[in-house]
Amino acid sequence: MLKYILKRVGLAIVTIWAVATLTFFLMNMVPGGPFLSEKAVSPAAMAALEAKYGLDKPLGQQYITYLTDALHGDFGDSLKQRGRTVMSIITTKFPVSAKVGGVAIIVSLCLGVPLGCFAAMHRGKFLDNLISVISTCGIAVPSFVICTVLMYFLGVNLKILPTYGLTSWKHYIMPVLSLSFYPTAYIMRLMRSSMLDVLGQDYMRTAKAKGLAEQKRIFKHALRNAILPVITYMGPMIAYTLTGSFVVEKIFTIPGLGGEFIGSINSRDYTVIMGTTIFLATIIVVMNVIVDIVYKLVDPRIKLK
Amino acid sequence: MKENPISFQMKLSPEDFMPASEAEKESLVVMRESVSFWKDGFRRLRKNKVAMVSLIVIILIMFISFIVPMFYPYSYKTQIKGANNLAPMQYSADELARIEAGEKVFPHILGTDKMGRDYAIRVMMGSRISLTVGLIATAIILVIGSIYGSIAAFFGGWVDLIMMRIVDIIYTVPDVLLIVLLSFALKDPLEKLTQLPGFGWVQTVGTNLISIFIVFALLYWVGMARMVRSQILMLKESEYVTAARALGAKSGRIIKKHLLTNCIGTLIVTTTLQIPSSIFTESFLSFLGLGVAVPLPSLGSLASDAINGINTYPYLLFIPALLISLIILSFNLLGDGLRDAFDPKLKN
Repeated sequence: MLKYILKRVGLAIVTIWAVATLTFFLMNMVPGGPFLSEKAVSPAAMAALEAKYGLDKPLGQQYITYLTDALHGDFGDSLKQRGRTVMSIITTKFPVSAKVGGVAIIVSLCLGVPLGCFAAMHRGKFLDNLISVISTCGIAVPSFVICTVLMYFLGVNLKILPTYGLTSWKHYIMPVLSLSFYPTAYIMRLMRSSMLDVLGQDYMRTAKAKGLAEQKRIFKHALRNAILPVITYMGPMIAYTLTGSFVVEKIFTIPGLGGEFIGSINSRDYTVIMGTTIFLATIIVVMNVIVDIVYKLVDPRIKLK
Repeated sequence: MKENPISFQMKLSPEDFMPASEAEKESLVVMRESVSFWKDGFRRLRKNKVAMVSLIVIILIMFISFIVPMFYPYSYKTQIKGANNLAPMQYSADELARIEAGEKVFPHILGTDKMGRDYAIRVMMGSRISLTVGLIATAIILVIGSIYGSIAAFFGGWVDLIMMRIVDIIYTVPDVLLIVLLSFALKDPLEKLTQLPGFGWVQTVGTNLISIFIVFALLYWVGMARMVRSQILMLKESEYVTAARALGAKSGRIIKKHLLTNCIGTLIVTTTLQIPSSIFTESFLSFLGLGVAVPLPSLGSLASDAINGINTYPYLLFIPALLISLIILSFNLLGDGLRDAFDPKLKN
């Protein structure tokens, strides 16, 4: 078990390094630099700016400097937002995204798992069909559609919810609803199909023949086996939801990491792009490792290699 | 030949030894015509009402977005003077005067946008762009993904490990980042390409659209590659392949008869389900302003443009939003139907 974890962590580090390298060189391949858009920068000032941030050095050297600094936890200063380090940008923006995302994850789990189980247990009945229809439609609707429709009806038309910012609990309702819509539908679908699979197994019939109560059968035997696919899906889903959905943050003007990321790409803020990319990639990779380990804990039959 | 009166010989004539006629052969066949893989699948698909309805919806949307604009009296980029922000079926003052004069003016079925462009044709063009991106991107993904996946599965060992590690890395990079970076990086070379003789079509298609295709080709094949790899790895070990090998079948026959035919069901299904997800991504990108360039509309950019006027002109937002959901929903349902028809093992 320990050997497996070590191997996975090693691979994860290699992955993060590869992502950082790829981003670094791709970013520098792109024509145009962070200071081009600023009005009337004299060549001398330009050279001074580039010298200050080390952009005048050869690319290889920049890369090595960046990696050594990053290993020491220093992701440099933002090129566009004067006087702010990348670290401080991430530490102020990430909690905002994480709060909204965390609530959305809890909502989608609390709705998706029970509803999926319920549908599987009442297969073919009216409520099952209804849940299936809802989940099928749920995966087909892009998040920006949900956001805008919610905003139109709840925010603009009925005026019961605020449409921008994030100051009271009321502000959370619409972003959380739109963020959790897709995962809820997806988890319902996954849960329903894996539950149907498990309910048809021999050990379920044996449990029933033994005279176990239905509650015990469902919670002790069925749910534990049926939840595995949901756990697999949880890894990438948590990572993406925590780090903020770009669309949701744009529409509801939430000052989160997703919006920061898009903004930094558009303004060629090299250090912020690098910092956020490495941060996002780390979260995704770490989530995947955790999911693999949790997998093993939930189902001891799975062999780790 | 003389016949022996007490022999039990049958009375045979030379005609009895003639080859049987076709009709006689037919009467002896007890088996019905063998049903091919495709026939069987399509028969099952035809019975699936949901899938058939979604197929009809898809064909209808394709007709509206590819054929109708050819005959449509308005163009998606012409700005009609004085016809800004018309409600559906409303005419501008200018057009009303022309109607008074006895001229026939085609109505703006869905009104116009704030630049005075007919909205119906913009929605049609938008869904044409979205569908084109979905279909072409999926074709690219299918080719790259299946070749990559089968090579990895075929060679196995170290090759497989390294190839799959690359897939993992591509999976981890935030895709929005790569898309933006690549579309910036590709802009210059593509514009240079349009100057070369024989590449004029690049201009007509639009450099942005082409860079979206390239980005899709570089990024989104990883899911397909994983799928194909696992499928071939599994099939390689299956009993009937071993049985075929034991019976002396050559590798070529095994690949053609067993591996490919068993893969095709999964491939069709994955491809059909890839189309909506490509459309989904394209609309998401266009919504963020990273997709198709103006004045070319896409359903995502139409919705994005309409957000600012949501108070006064909500229908400008709802029409593209509804259409994109409908397109994705019907492709999803058709994909599910195809899966049930061609790959019954995957059901549930």
